[in-house]
Amino acid sequence: MTNHYIDLKNADVILVMGGNPAENHPVAMKWILRAKKERGAKLIVVDPKFTRTASKADLYVQIRPGSDIAFLGGLIKYIIDNELYFKDYVVNYTDLPYLVDPNFKDTEDLEGVFSGYDPMKRKYDKATWKYQLDENGVPKKDPTLKDPNCVFQLLKKHYSRYTLDMVSEITGAPKEKILEAYKIIAETGKPNKVATECYAMGWTQHTVGVQNIRAFSIIQLLLGNIGMAGGGVNALRGESNVQGSTDMGLLFHTLPGYLPTPKAGDVDLKTYCEKYTPKTKEPKSLNWWKNRPKYIVSLLKAFWGDHATKENDFCYSYLPKLDDDKTYSWYDLFDAMYRGKIKGFFAWGQNPACSSANANKVRKALAKLDWLVCVNLWDTETSSFWKGPGMNPKKIKTEVFLLPCAASVEKEGSITNSGRWAQWRYKAVNPPGEAKPDAEIINELYKRIKALYEKEGGAFPDPILKLNWNYGDKHVDTKLIAKEYNGYFTADVPEHPVDKKAYKKGQQVPSFVFLLDDGRTACGNWIYSSSFTDAGNMMARRGKEDPTGLGLYPNWTWCWPVNRRILYNRASVDPMGNPWDPTRPVIKWDPQAKKWIGDVPDGPQPPLAMEGGVLPFIMKPTGVGTVFGAGLADGPFPTYYEPVESPFDNPLYPKVRHNPVAKLYATPEDIYVAKDPRYPYVGTTYRVTEHWQTGVMTRHTDWLLELEPQVFVEMDKELAKKKGIKSGDKVIITSPRGKIWAIAIVTDRIKPLVIQGKKCHIIGIPWHYGWRWPEDGSGGDSANLLTPSAVDPNTFIQEAKCFVVNIEKATK
Amino acid sequence: MARKGLLITPDLCIGCRACQVACKSWNDLPAEKTKNNGTHENPPDLTGYTYNKIRFIEKVVNGEVRWIFVSQRCRHCGEPACVQVCPVGAMQKDLDTGIVFYDKNVCIGCQACRSACPFDVPRYDKQGKIGKCHMCIDRVKAGLVPACAKTCPTGAIRFGDRDELIEKAKAEGFKILHGEKELGGLGVVFALSQPPSYYELVENPQKPEKVVALGEMLKILVAKGLPIENSIIKEFLS
Repeated sequence: MTNHYIDLKNADVILVMGGNPAENHPVAMKWILRAKKERGAKLIVVDPKFTRTASKADLYVQIRPGSDIAFLGGLIKYIIDNELYFKDYVVNYTDLPYLVDPNFKDTEDLEGVFSGYDPMKRKYDKATWKYQLDENGVPKKDPTLKDPNCVFQLLKKHYSRYTLDMVSEITGAPKEKILEAYKIIAETGKPNKVATECYAMGWTQHTVGVQNIRAFSIIQLLLGNIGMAGGGVNALRGESNVQGSTDMGLLFHTLPGYLPTPKAGDVDLKTYCEKYTPKTKEPKSLNWWKNRPKYIVSLLKAFWGDHATKENDFCYSYLPKLDDDKTYSWYDLFDAMYRGKIKGFFAWGQNPACSSANANKVRKALAKLDWLVCVNLWDTETSSFWKGPGMNPKKIKTEVFLLPCAASVEKEGSITNSGRWAQWRYKAVNPPGEAKPDAEIINELYKRIKALYEKEGGAFPDPILKLNWNYGDKHVDTKLIAKEYNGYFTADVPEHPVDKKAYKKGQQVPSFVFLLDDGRTACGNWIYSSSFTDAGNMMARRGKEDPTGLGLYPNWTWCWPVNRRILYNRASVDPMGNPWDPTRPVIKWDPQAKKWIGDVPDGPQPPLAMEGGVLPFIMKPTGVGTVFGAGLADGPFPTYYEPVESPFDNPLYPKVRHNPVAKLYATPEDIYVAKDPRYPYVGTTYRVTEHWQTGVMTRHTDWLLELEPQVFVEMDKELAKKKGIKSGDKVIITSPRGKIWAIAIVTDRIKPLVIQGKKCHIIGIPWHYGWRWPEDGSGGDSANLLTPSAVDPNTFIQEAKCFVVNIEKATK
Repeated sequence: MARKGLLITPDLCIGCRACQVACKSWNDLPAEKTKNNGTHENPPDLTGYTYNKIRFIEKVVNGEVRWIFVSQRCRHCGEPACVQVCPVGAMQKDLDTGIVFYDKNVCIGCQACRSACPFDVPRYDKQGKIGKCHMCIDRVKAGLVPACAKTCPTGAIRFGDRDELIEKAKAEGFKILHGEKELGGLGVVFALSQPPSYYELVENPQKPEKVVALGEMLKILVAKGLPIENSIIKEFLS
């Protein structure tokens, strides 16, 4: 989240699109309902089905799964056509006035692709996706927004055909409802009106997932809603600590703190730093990532301690490297596993046999392994895959180990919520039996692997043998890990360049501002720096003071970065430092004291227009909010493409039906179909309040299983009538990849839509179930047996929210 | 202690059913083996093991779909018919708090209380003993909030002094307070923005006329050691 959960109460308009907080983030609804009650805020829900969140909406708009960019593109057009954007904000704080290379060609010029598309490689050469620079290397700008090559005019052209008629034809929503939503949202282009957005997997799980989110980010920049209390673009993350795990470098392409994982071509630290440290000639840009070398060196010091020296490049060569042109995402791994390229697999706290799209492929891939280690609270569909449906245990060689681990309440540590609050939690009870906290299992593994390397040598033992690993012997002290990710001085610093003060070796660094690139500091994750200082564990704080009255609660736990509760908050003030909305001041410049009041600002520098002032978007080399997204794999502007699997054409770009650079796989299990009469309906998947993820924890909780005991399929009345299906009937759902049974819930909450003159029936299925539990099989199996392994080209997340299916009444 | 109450605001209820689970958790009630009956609502009815249940009401109003979540449970009547009819004093009204509670050990399972209840609430466990919402009287007496109200994330279930809750609801602009006056005032009051029928609440709850007399008759039967057939109760009340 750019903002945080409590901040939802400060909004005037709350758009829930791509999410369903009432069901999946119920506590968020407390703040949404408070905004409604106390501010008279309007809640708009845009969703393919009428959810429990929709039950509280002032306006509900049903759209076809995967048609979000059409809806949002129409909104961009509406805002531009009616000049409802926040002019001062747009001109000062975004790249909308920036001029783009005249060689750049839009999808409108090239019938559905941007310039640089290589149809053979299905990839873009992004050479033309850049700003024009002046003689000083600074992007050229037209503050009047009139230059035909400025981002604003390109944006206007890009969405010129996203008319109400077109949006309605693609989404299936009635024009008057679309317009009503547009009016309510666009109203917040005024300085004293703010809209927020809540999304989750309903936006991410698409082959245009990143572009869905960008589309609304663009809208928020147009309306001046980023940085504001009650504004922002807010990911309600799908797991309680998924923010923390991403921060800590769980994904293949990042090290902790969003430092890029080095590639094979990044041969040494110098090359790495030069390549990944952005430069800017923009005089007022803070360009925070200029500090990258300090963060990577401090990380290497945390990893390899005294072994990491300037002379040996701080052990940079010990870091594993990615092959230059290869990705190693979830679907790449299972594809490699399916092809027999991976021999062993740790399924740690996960259940891919149910959670992964195209789960049949995953289940078959697991059978290709020599060994599989599952670390979990329970035996799962993954750990028991070898005796699952369609499997012949006699023919499966995979040796499976199941390590019991502790549940969240059985261990101590931090958990980072969607609002970036790292909250320290304590152990309530001991884990049962031999179950251990994950950290202790890892510790044990490390000690044994190290002993093996010591004994047997090996190809490259140093990265393991020299690892700076000292978190306790039998019992891991998670506070030691936390202190490491905060960072500490590895040598005396008699006069620190930042504050001229002396720091002793072993002292905690006060914040990442104090990290150095010369090896005198170590830091396991720079964005967590200041979370555990010499003053103690900031994440364990429980202060309930709220000096701003906005619900920032600065003394409640700790929030990255440096306890800043609302990101980009310098954009909430005008260039003189006065809040755009004085009734909700996130920060405010005090000219007498010459400092900011309120939230921790994005840098202590004075307001933009003053001497030494800086631009608000400090993580961007330009210093401004980026509408022209040149860094993305699939284009600088979000473009409407049909889902990879769809019964329809793309009326905007008939020649380019789906995202031309969506990643697809090519084993016999990877089947994708479109406009196929065998699969005439649109399927979507989701979660419900009562279960969590693949249901491993909740299916074992009898009270929750009592509430939602069986996999169900929600469908409209018309389709049910056509198929002779009644509520409570058992039905069979098939997709090109699999088949499951489910219990029909025939409802008015999903209506058939008319898309391009044709009837479109949508069915929705939760993915919480699995054959392993309940043991009598009464729960059913995972909806992911149906979903395709078609993935977003930026994040490689699966398109589980729209695919093609058929449905029939079960014969028995 | 002033009369206690629960203020339930369906317009704030998001149907998360945390209250349903919290109730089972606090009262140590077993889960029931259910199946999906073509609705999210489960278990299908109140039982001796399910004291609080959220009803999922789906309707179309002026072409717009509505999904309404309403807690179904004991309303803790001011003059509880169930207490009046219970021949053994198993069902009682707490004079301090107004909570209608019961003693399973005393209950003889005659089920007269269900027949007398204007809201058809009391249910029975496998031993035939009464089980229903007792507003967590054990927690309330210990100064705690009932489990359902404690867990509700949106404030759809609020606990407190009944008069204060009613005042609060009025101050918030609620014109319809179902349970404020009904049957001499109920302990569980619903704050509504639509007529009670919209939420499928009993519009004009009535206590069966002969409840007191039935109670007296049942007491005699018990005293004489005679069995109480449900048919006798039904016949008497009809």
